[in-house]
This record gives sequence, structure tokens and C-alpha cells, in this order.
Amino acid sequence: MGLIREIGATLVAFLRALGSMAIFLGRLIIYAPAGLLRFRLVVQQVHNTGSLSLAIIMLSGFFVGLVLGLQGFDLLRRFNSENVLGGAVALGLIKELGPVVTALLFAGRAGTALASEIGLMKATDQLSAMEMMAVDPMKRVVLPRFLGGVIAMPFLVAIFTAIGIFGAWMIGVAWMGVDPGVFWSQMQSLVSMDDVREGIFKSIVFGVAASLVAVYEGYTAWPTAEGVGRATTRTVVITAVSVLILDYMITAALL
Amino acid sequence: MTLAAPEGNLIELRGVRFRRGNFRVFDGLDMAIPKGKVTAVMGPSGTGKTTLLRLITGQLKPDAGSVRVGEYEVPSLSLSRLYEMRRQMGMLFQNGALLTDFSVFENVAFPLREHTRLPDRLIRHIVLTKLHAVGLRGAAELFPGELSGGMNRRVALARAIVMDPDILIYDEPFVGLDPISMGVIVRLIRRLNDALGLTSVVVSHDVRELELVADHSFLLAEGRVVASGAHRELMDEDSPLVRQFMHGEADGPVAYHFPAKDYGDDLFDRGQGPR
Repeated sequence: MGLIREIGATLVAFLRALGSMAIFLGRLIIYAPAGLLRFRLVVQQVHNTGSLSLAIIMLSGFFVGLVLGLQGFDLLRRFNSENVLGGAVALGLIKELGPVVTALLFAGRAGTALASEIGLMKATDQLSAMEMMAVDPMKRVVLPRFLGGVIAMPFLVAIFTAIGIFGAWMIGVAWMGVDPGVFWSQMQSLVSMDDVREGIFKSIVFGVAASLVAVYEGYTAWPTAEGVGRATTRTVVITAVSVLILDYMITAALL
Repeated sequence: MTLAAPEGNLIELRGVRFRRGNFRVFDGLDMAIPKGKVTAVMGPSGTGKTTLLRLITGQLKPDAGSVRVGEYEVPSLSLSRLYEMRRQMGMLFQNGALLTDFSVFENVAFPLREHTRLPDRLIRHIVLTKLHAVGLRGAAELFPGELSGGMNRRVALARAIVMDPDILIYDEPFVGLDPISMGVIVRLIRRLNDALGLTSVVVSHDVRELELVADHSFLLAEGRVVASGAHRELMDEDSPLVRQFMHGEADGPVAYHFPAKDYGDDLFDRGQGPR
């Protein structure tokens, strides 16, 4: 009995959290036009989140590309089809690895920073102080950070993907001797515009999810040191899980 | 609507009830805060002094009763009306609550930049005037982290008055200050109130400092106002609870010990068995 009750309670708590996050997202969407009018704040946040994650995303993208090149080359050579390496790597990066890995890295780097920043502002009464100055912290603090993350994400995904392809090129063409013309032309013929669109769509959805989780966790954190710490951890865990689930759902829906 | 109510009481609470969980914070609280005066709200820790401020500023809603500030009936205000009212109020938070990634100057300029379209030159002029009033014009380019606690609070005070409010609210302004900063803050509260024609509400339990600054005092306990009047009169009041608080006596109606079972039973674990 106790176990069933506990499972039920966990489920209810989960649904409640999901609901309040949806309401939070709704408020952000309602405020969004007003937020975009104060574009300077948003640009600042794009710069902030973007530059936070850029280095780690470029480095990771490069190594993911190298590994894809090696594994892809090894696998394709068994079928004597190492010529399609360029197309295979590009498809994998554009449709899956680019958006997913970028979102995970974003959560670890920029998401945690956002959550702890907002949580700490709450814990030190800065958000209350804004309310008392008749400034809505949802509009002044949360919204620009959310929009900044949403806008930055597709660009980060594009950079990750491009550098990944470059890494695979280094392995395949520069090291293993795949013909460069074939490498690129295979890529061109294999990757359709629909694949690119799928990647862009995913990067936008993941951008919304990762930014939403980060600002939501920060804004609803308990205003204590422990609460802020927990909010940052939850940001990474919830983003990772929800991105992977969303990825499956989108892939299944589009196939 | 404005706060420019006629002479008399600027803030009025009538029959306010507020409970948090099962704990009754206020049970029929009545209070009237006169315009143009410095009013002190005192009470032992945990009597809901900060809750009272949050009721006045509309951050919390009472379960019953009315909270009137100027012409605003606070609990029934829409969000935009609430913000309109708050624009005419300044509040000093216990720890200052400065925005940590803005400089002192930008902190004080923040409300101006958010609410007005004044040119930079004018903003600079206003901000430096307010910083000068709290003696920190020289610290304009520093960041909150580089200032002491007392200086942080003075910057927050400059920020609280930058929009020329009608009401200024202080939440525990004397806590954790050294005697010099304490004296500075005490003098500032008095001077700002008289020079700017403000109505000040000071929530605190520092009886001695309040004596220097308060025109009128309320003493809260057990969810009600138990005494009110000029600060001097309260010092001389005879009721046991007022005496205990005003003179800091350990014995009296407010027990030093949190309710507990018998000391001996607790130590030797008699009666209830192991916990």
C-alpha cells in the first residue's frame, strides 16, 4: 500500500510540476512581444548565454566529429562504401547529434548559470526589491534570459554541426584518404532540405525546453543556499531527460 | 489614483486576519499610520512585522480585513494598479537587496531607467544628488560587493528615494550595523522624512534606536497591536508585556523558552519513550 501511495504521490507531484511549468511558459509567451521591444536586454542575454557555451560547444563538436569520422569510416569500409562517409556523418549530426548534444552542453554550461543566477537573485531579495520598485522580475529578469537562450540555441547547434562535419572531414579526407569531391557530393545528394528543417526544428524546441527549465528552476528555487544548489542540479537532470524524450517524440512524428 | 490623501492617516489596516498554515499571524489587527510622521512598528521576533510590510505593499493578501494605502485598497488591486501604487513607495530591505551585477550608480539609476525616459545627463544629476544625500557620491562606480553592509544599506536607501516616493518603508534597518553606521542611518531616516515630506514606516525591534527617530510607535504581539502611542509613553507603560519588551526583560508574558515538555522528563527520557 505504502509503495503504491508513494508512486501515486510522485506522479501527482510530477504532473503538478509539469502544469506549473506550462503556466510559466504561457506567461513568458504572453510577455514575449513586450520583451522583444526591449531588444537590448535580449541581445545582452544572447551574448551572455552564447559566449558562455560557445567554447565548450566548439570543442565538443570537433571531437564528436572526429569520433564520428573514425567510427563511420571503420563501419563503412566493411561494406566498401567509405565514400558515403560525408553524407552519413552530416545526416547524423544535422538530425540528431547536433541538436541533442548541444542542448545537453547548453544545459550544463548556460542553463546552470541561468538557474543559479536567478535563484541567487531571489535568495538575496533582489527580485522582491524589483517588485517593490514596480518592475516585474518576470519581464525584466526572466524573460530576456529565456529569449536569449531560445535565440542562441539554433546558432549554437549550427556551429556544433559545422565543426563536427569539419572534424569528420579531417579524419575521412585528410587522414583516411576519402576523395574530397566524393565526400562533399555524397553529402549534398544524401542530405535533403527536410533533414535540415528537422534539425532546425529540433534545435528550436530544445532551445525552448532548455531555457524554460533553467529559468523556471531558478525562479521557483527555495531562497536558500541549498535551494539554489538543488535548482542547478535539477536544471541539468530535467533538461537532459526532457530533451531526450522530446527528441524521440519528434523523430517518431517526423519519420 | 494617488497617495496624496488629505491630512490624517495615510495607511490604515482594519480587522486584518492572516494565517500561515495553522499559525495565526494576525487576528484582527487594527493600525493607522499618520501622514508625514515616522511610525515605528515593534514586536518580538516572529510576530509578523515583515508580514505586515508585505501586506501593506501588496506582496501578500490578508485572509480578511482591509488594507488601505492612500486611495488604494491594496488587497483588491490589479497587478498594474499595484505597480502604480508601488511607484509611489520606496522600500529598504534588510540586506539592501542591491542588484549585485550593477554598479552603485546603476543601482540607484535603475528605477529611473525602468520608469522614465529621462536623458542620461538628467539621470546622472538625480542619481548623484541622491547618493550625495546618503554620503556615497564617491562610491558611485563601485559594486555592491565592494561595500560594507552599512554602505550597502545607504545605497539601497538612495535607490528607495530616487523616484521621490511619498511613503518610505524600512525593514529592520538597524540589524547588524556598527554603532557609527547605526547613528548615520538613524539620522538619515529623520532627515529624509522631514526634508522630503515623507511618511516613514520603520519595522524594527531596536527599542533604543527607535526612541531617537520614531514619532509614534506600535507594539505588536500575538497577532494584534498591544500598545501604541508616542515612544516615550510606551517606555513608561505599565502593562507587563509592554514593559518586558521595551526594557528587554527576560521574565514576563513572552516566555524565554519555546514551549516544551518537562525539562527533567526530557533529559531522562521519561514518560513518552524514545523519540
